[in-house]
Amino acid sequence: MTTKLKEVDVVIVGLGWTGGILAKELAESGLKVVALERGTPRTSENDYSLPNIRDELRDVVRHDLMQNTARDTLTGRNTPSQEALPMRRLGSFLPGEVVGGSGVHWSGHTWRWTDMEFKIRSNYEERYGKKFIPDDMTIQDWGITYAELEPYYDKFEYTAAVSGKAGNINGKIQPGGNPFEAPRAREYPLPPLTPILSSEMFSDAARNAGYHPFPRPSANASQPYTNPDGSKFGACQYCGYCQRFGCEANAKGSPHMTVIPSAMRNPNFELRTHSWVTKVIKDNDGKRVTGVTYTNVLNGEEFEQPAAMVLLCAYAINNVHLMLLSGIGTPYDPVAQKGVIGKNYCYQTGAGATLFFAGKYFNPFMSAGGSNATIDDFNINWEFDRGPHNFVGAYNVNGGFNTALPIGYRPVPRGTPQWGSEWKRATAKWYQTAMTIGASGSVMANRYNCYDLDPTYRNAFGQPLMRMTFDYKANEHRMGTHAAQVINDIAKSMNPTQLNPATARTDPWTVVPYQSTHNTGGTIMGTNRGDSALNKYLQSWDCHNLFVVGANVFPHNASYNPTGPVGALAYWTADAIKNRYVKNPGPLVAA
Amino acid sequence: MTKQEFDRRDFLKSAVIGGAAAAGGTGAVTPTQPAYAQQPATAPASAAPEAAGYEFLNLDEAAFVEALVDHMVPADEVSPKGTDLGVNIYIDRALAGAWGKGERLYMQGPWKLGVPSQGYQLPLTPAQLYRAGIEATNAHCRKTYGKPFDRIDSPQREEVLIGLSSGKIKFDNGLPVRVFWATLYQTVIEGMYSDPIYGGNRNKAGWAIIGFPGVIAVHHDHVETFRGKPFPNKPVSIADMS
Repeated sequence: MTTKLKEVDVVIVGLGWTGGILAKELAESGLKVVALERGTPRTSENDYSLPNIRDELRDVVRHDLMQNTARDTLTGRNTPSQEALPMRRLGSFLPGEVVGGSGVHWSGHTWRWTDMEFKIRSNYEERYGKKFIPDDMTIQDWGITYAELEPYYDKFEYTAAVSGKAGNINGKIQPGGNPFEAPRAREYPLPPLTPILSSEMFSDAARNAGYHPFPRPSANASQPYTNPDGSKFGACQYCGYCQRFGCEANAKGSPHMTVIPSAMRNPNFELRTHSWVTKVIKDNDGKRVTGVTYTNVLNGEEFEQPAAMVLLCAYAINNVHLMLLSGIGTPYDPVAQKGVIGKNYCYQTGAGATLFFAGKYFNPFMSAGGSNATIDDFNINWEFDRGPHNFVGAYNVNGGFNTALPIGYRPVPRGTPQWGSEWKRATAKWYQTAMTIGASGSVMANRYNCYDLDPTYRNAFGQPLMRMTFDYKANEHRMGTHAAQVINDIAKSMNPTQLNPATARTDPWTVVPYQSTHNTGGTIMGTNRGDSALNKYLQSWDCHNLFVVGANVFPHNASYNPTGPVGALAYWTADAIKNRYVKNPGPLVAA
Repeated sequence: MTKQEFDRRDFLKSAVIGGAAAAGGTGAVTPTQPAYAQQPATAPASAAPEAAGYEFLNLDEAAFVEALVDHMVPADEVSPKGTDLGVNIYIDRALAGAWGKGERLYMQGPWKLGVPSQGYQLPLTPAQLYRAGIEATNAHCRKTYGKPFDRIDSPQREEVLIGLSSGKIKFDNGLPVRVFWATLYQTVIEGMYSDPIYGGNRNKAGWAIIGFPGVIAVHHDHVETFRGKPFPNKPVSIADMS
């Protein structure tokens, strides 16, 4: 028995950064907005306060803020010939499951992705020829430009209190910033965080090697701040408990203390927590959607919420899952290379070295979410010639810490025993005297890396789990080899007492341990309905009153963290809905 | 272990009524001072209460776990031994609690071993895995040395742990050795380095091994004042600040 509710203008599925931004913007424009969030309401005062927020076991090991895999998970495999098995507990990535979503437990790294990504196929074909791109690499242009997105990046950075140093203001290179970044209209809202010793040492070594280090832009307020919406931030305390935790200082830009409370103050907005959306309902003609079906997980009662517009704003994986469960768009088939829903799932790769300096004190437990310094010389620097190294894509290199909590981080030189007095002595000697240099690398789309519905395993609602097929390809292995060499050269130039060098990753992707919560693709944006699920406004090519917002729209994955463009695209979509769609509902781009 | 701790443990053991109140009453005597002004890590007064006795482990399992944690974490100049850190108590409480019972674990079949990149695939909760793994390890020890793990000598224990960690030992009951070892190892680490409210890291002596300050409130000014300098090794726990 499903209870049919009164129609609203907009229903939003999932209330994290994207849902929060759209809820606030659309409610302010006069639309009646309902958000359905499967997680629980949480606040900084009640849930992210001292001393209990400093609990590595609860939040990092036991995943307090994350998706509960007993209820819904996905199955995984490396190749289409394998049988996919359920990810029985979280590991490789950590979708959030509370009001605020993954925006509560992120570190705050906020980057501007550039036309190097948005025009990726055009760029590489123009410079290296069509044959440089492997046949099975399904990269494509995004259909949007950096110039279009610039004002929305700006808006997100000022909302989220990003601390950083501009490298390029209106084409003029700025000392101390990232010289490779695309031009920005103005400075960051806040100055960079105070550098820690390890990031300073990395910066010195990188500079000596001829590279261009700069402070990582992060939504960790370097000083007290009030954003343009009136949300108040405290200063970052460098507590070392950033990633995986809510912030008790309200210094980390998060939706639960910015856009969501702004929306909540608006009578046009209503939030329903514990509400699990199981399906988007298609109209009979298939050209529109009419609303969603959801279950109140506190009592099992099912509801239909009719709406003039549906916005999917859940975690990237769950947005794609809902599209597949609802039968909207044609599911992707990697063999025939037809269909679009599930296409171009991408992840990230990396390499890392640990440097041991006897007698130094890095105090690794003092760090902000983004207190590592970065170089982009092998990232958004198009002058770096990929030709001789034969890879498409990029990586950034960083030195320093953003988390060093002791259950997870106790570096020792390779060859140290795993237990006993010798192990304890090594742990005691090196915990404070080691630092890390790491690379985060892009993953290009590949025809075999994709999502579909699992034929065997089901979630708590009896629905098929999402099936993820993913592995790294030779392109990523070649990039990893290059990155490991650069890291090791920098590391050796610093003369550490001992070094655990970086190595290129060539083993298959695994569901454990943690790697990165930067899952992208599956309902990608693009220039035509034949090879993408959404147009440049994140509007479904099939159903014009359905918008799908999140990293699931990225046609491939860059080396940068995804939240910058995720936030910017949410604002961009909000403007398209407010200024164009509401006045004349229909496709915003001719199909 | 100090005389004072013995006394309190004896008291808790004998106090049938009022035990919970005694165990929960440390907050009143806990100062909330600036983090680096806290008392030394080795002082027992503000530590989490030591609750004696086991909730999950049976006698054989308790003997196994105590022998294991004292072998992996021996008493030396770096720290007290594993049982004095409460690692055995941490493990018991974790297995008896929600995690041990499979909270957040997807437990629907069909069950297949898959390939290592697919992660944990056993039809067992962590507590069931621990129980079966201890049984299998003791069976291996009886077959090899004629005695269970807790009665063999230190070089033999070392040999068993190397066999478990390298996968050289194969269990007769079909349990994958590496899966058991990974869980065993992870729980020992958690018992050393999680907050003392969970029963391990007693007196914050685990954190003191590495100089981890624990539940620090603010480091904003410390970034400059302690740049390149050792930070005072006086860890603070959740109970200290509650």
